[in-house]
Amino acid sequence: MHYESPVRNPLILGDKSYSDITNDIAKPVESKAPRSWWIAFSIAFVMFLWGVGCILYTIGTGIGVWGLNKTIDWAWDITNFVWWVGIGHAGTLISAVLLLFRQKWRMAINRSAEAMTIFSVIQAGLFPLIHMGRIWMAYWVMPIPNQYGTLWVNFNSPLLWDVFAISTYLTVSTVFWYVGLIPDFAMIRDRAINPIQKHIYKLLSFGWGGKAKHWQRFEEVSLVLAGLATPLVLSVHTIVSMDFATSVIPGWHTTIFPPYFVAGAIFSGFAMVQTLLLIVRKIFKMEDYINIEHIEMMNIVIMVTGSIVGVAYITELFIAWYSGVEYEQYAFLNRATGPYWWAYWAMMSCNVFSPQFMWSKKLRTNLVFTFIISIVVNIGMWFERFVIIVTSLHRDYLPSSWSMFSPTFVDIGIFVGTIGFFFVLFLLYARTFPVIAQAELKTILKSSGENFKKHHDEHGAH
Amino acid sequence: MSAADAVAYGVEVKAQSNGSMNGNTINITVDGTTLENVPVWIQPGQTQGSIGLAVGFGRTEAGKVGNNVGVNANSLLAPAVSYAEATVVATEVEHGFASVQLAHTMMGRKIVNEINLPTFLSGNAKEWNEKPTFESYKGPLTSFEANLWDDQDHETSHMWNMSIDLNSCTGCGACVVACSLENNVPVVGKDEVRRHRDMHWLRIDRYYSSDMTKEVAEEEGVGAIEKYAKMEVPSESPSVVFQPVMCQHCNHAPCETVCPVGATVHSREGLNHMAYNRCIGTRYCANNCPYKVRRFNWFNYQVNDKFTDVNPSQDDYGRMVLNPDVTVRARGVIEKCSLCIQRIQLGKLEAKKDGRQLTDGEFTTACAQACGSGAIVFGDVNNPKSEVSHLKQEERAYHLLEEVGTQPSIFYQTKVRNRA
Repeated sequence: MHYESPVRNPLILGDKSYSDITNDIAKPVESKAPRSWWIAFSIAFVMFLWGVGCILYTIGTGIGVWGLNKTIDWAWDITNFVWWVGIGHAGTLISAVLLLFRQKWRMAINRSAEAMTIFSVIQAGLFPLIHMGRIWMAYWVMPIPNQYGTLWVNFNSPLLWDVFAISTYLTVSTVFWYVGLIPDFAMIRDRAINPIQKHIYKLLSFGWGGKAKHWQRFEEVSLVLAGLATPLVLSVHTIVSMDFATSVIPGWHTTIFPPYFVAGAIFSGFAMVQTLLLIVRKIFKMEDYINIEHIEMMNIVIMVTGSIVGVAYITELFIAWYSGVEYEQYAFLNRATGPYWWAYWAMMSCNVFSPQFMWSKKLRTNLVFTFIISIVVNIGMWFERFVIIVTSLHRDYLPSSWSMFSPTFVDIGIFVGTIGFFFVLFLLYARTFPVIAQAELKTILKSSGENFKKHHDEHGAH
Repeated sequence: MSAADAVAYGVEVKAQSNGSMNGNTINITVDGTTLENVPVWIQPGQTQGSIGLAVGFGRTEAGKVGNNVGVNANSLLAPAVSYAEATVVATEVEHGFASVQLAHTMMGRKIVNEINLPTFLSGNAKEWNEKPTFESYKGPLTSFEANLWDDQDHETSHMWNMSIDLNSCTGCGACVVACSLENNVPVVGKDEVRRHRDMHWLRIDRYYSSDMTKEVAEEEGVGAIEKYAKMEVPSESPSVVFQPVMCQHCNHAPCETVCPVGATVHSREGLNHMAYNRCIGTRYCANNCPYKVRRFNWFNYQVNDKFTDVNPSQDDYGRMVLNPDVTVRARGVIEKCSLCIQRIQLGKLEAKKDGRQLTDGEFTTACAQACGSGAIVFGDVNNPKSEVSHLKQEERAYHLLEEVGTQPSIFYQTKVRNRA
């Protein structure tokens, strides 16, 4: 039996038994949806439909319905793409990297974090598709043997690397997530009374029997997948950053981008996990499982990655000055003081200044404050991508082509639509999937559960 | 109207958040006749206290292109009166301008190289036409020597180059018109031009000089933020330069590497090709183009209702104006200058049929053909007798943004002005 020092705070609060955990986690799936769920779902669904309408309008009429022009050929589309990919980063970090580092606190949050990852990568994946002028030719980015003779994809292009990076990430994350779900689906299957529900969960749980051999295979495959997923945490956003870093545009052509984008992605991903879990734990009454300890841990990650991002911003400014390249110098000066100064300072205050509050223990254990900061961080990270993309493009080498960008209702509609789509998926998930990896959580109950820890302290470990 | 007068009358021309320009209008009264809602454009170099108003606008019987554009200045002119006193009153009415260029100055960058006559006569071209160099383990290299890649073979076949003499260019725009006609460049109308979506393959950049320069800033100790802000403002009495810019046909093209499907590729003849039917429209190439010459088909200009009034190719009669040798591009693809590839191919085929070598000047591009001052010269630099190969050796020759390392096939000739 794993022994945990009494100085560590318990990860599961209250006097819980295995059966309590099962009951608590299966409850949202087995009970009727509360009115608040229906309200939230309806709002999200309307937003989603609005987005679908805007996407169909774009595909039917042309990219001209967006606010782009001859100088700024990417704006909200790629901003949203990078933003959603970034959000999708925390899930794999929590489930894979923290698994390898044996961080037990991840167990309460990994399921939802991974769900969030998959749902946000789906949103992200939409943008590279719909931003194409001819989406019906999108399959040309795949290296598929074809009847055109020697016609092949261009392996020099970072956009092609993106195709591979994002699709690999989505696949591995989904498999990893699903494997973890199997014992939990089996748990719901065993408890289900409704025959249809029972049948569905029977199919989903792949005939899980809870035998020792099953558990052994489960552990093995989890570890292998964690090993596979860990490099992806670094590679996906590294490759996304190369969309910019390998270009010649001042403000994009920056070698610092890969680590800086990865840190930013983890930063925004954790902020989104924080936003979602603060709501989930409240509505589903899971405060005992996702407690202050977890929230504080995540706040520390947000603070550290936010500071890394801040260092990166300052390094960029320094290197622009140090490089002696006038285009580079102007690009960064223009970011901070040009027509889009407000976007730059929104980014700076949301991403660099706001996480610094988390140095205070009082603030990082305050739920309301955490919730506000988690939203502020995601607004800031959206602005970061907007600043990088639009302010670099709008004034590049030749002043004759300098321009400005302003979004149309379609740009806004599609963005709102993806937020709606994300919440549609997340809300459906919250009603039908066990939102906490209960099978995993049970493995730490006797070492990190509050009652058991207390028992150990009083009677000594046996 | 000059900038100082604009302040005095309380009129402005302002860039909008989407890149278009809006300005105030004025009422002009001469001898009791009032011309209402005249749009005001602030023109650097306009003498303070004067207004320039072009005649020939405000027509009513000119057809669908010319009707109701601008105001009729003739109505202010009484017969046989060449000057009169005018009163000007600003109005509340706004006017939307179709302007393809928002920035007026070169921001102290080396874009249009310009020297004065004494400097030119000094003969020290190494100094006044200094080539950017890159430090390397082999010592300083020019952008044509500093290569990360293996070069294509540019010796065996033709190597098409173009020389544009900034001394001869008057900025008349004939090349732009010729190019648009030759290459079926879509007409998109004022509304789209206001959104900076003009489709021109060839444009004429115009820059005014500014009172603030790097030298002045250094002398007066002006900080960087203030320096750049002031550099954006053209002088009261500026000198003006023009520069035709089209695809520079870079031999190390930033657009070619980034296309995921290889829709834009390089030819052995120094051309940057665009395969429309392979393009999926990611627009990455346009973003990565340092010269911003790539144009995207935002709409289906041949069918979309929005363009019925402006695009002649929407009816059978208007379609007869299209050049049958050039593809009409579909929605969602990028297009750009091809250096009139249809003419090159035709010329090569004719020569092949006749079983002879190509001669210099046998064919040329539409822009070069239209240029009244002979500023644009097109040809094969692998033919040592060609005019363009001589021009390439000129001491005035330079490449635009050479320091980016793009190795363009287009080069410019430094402008020489006869003044101190």
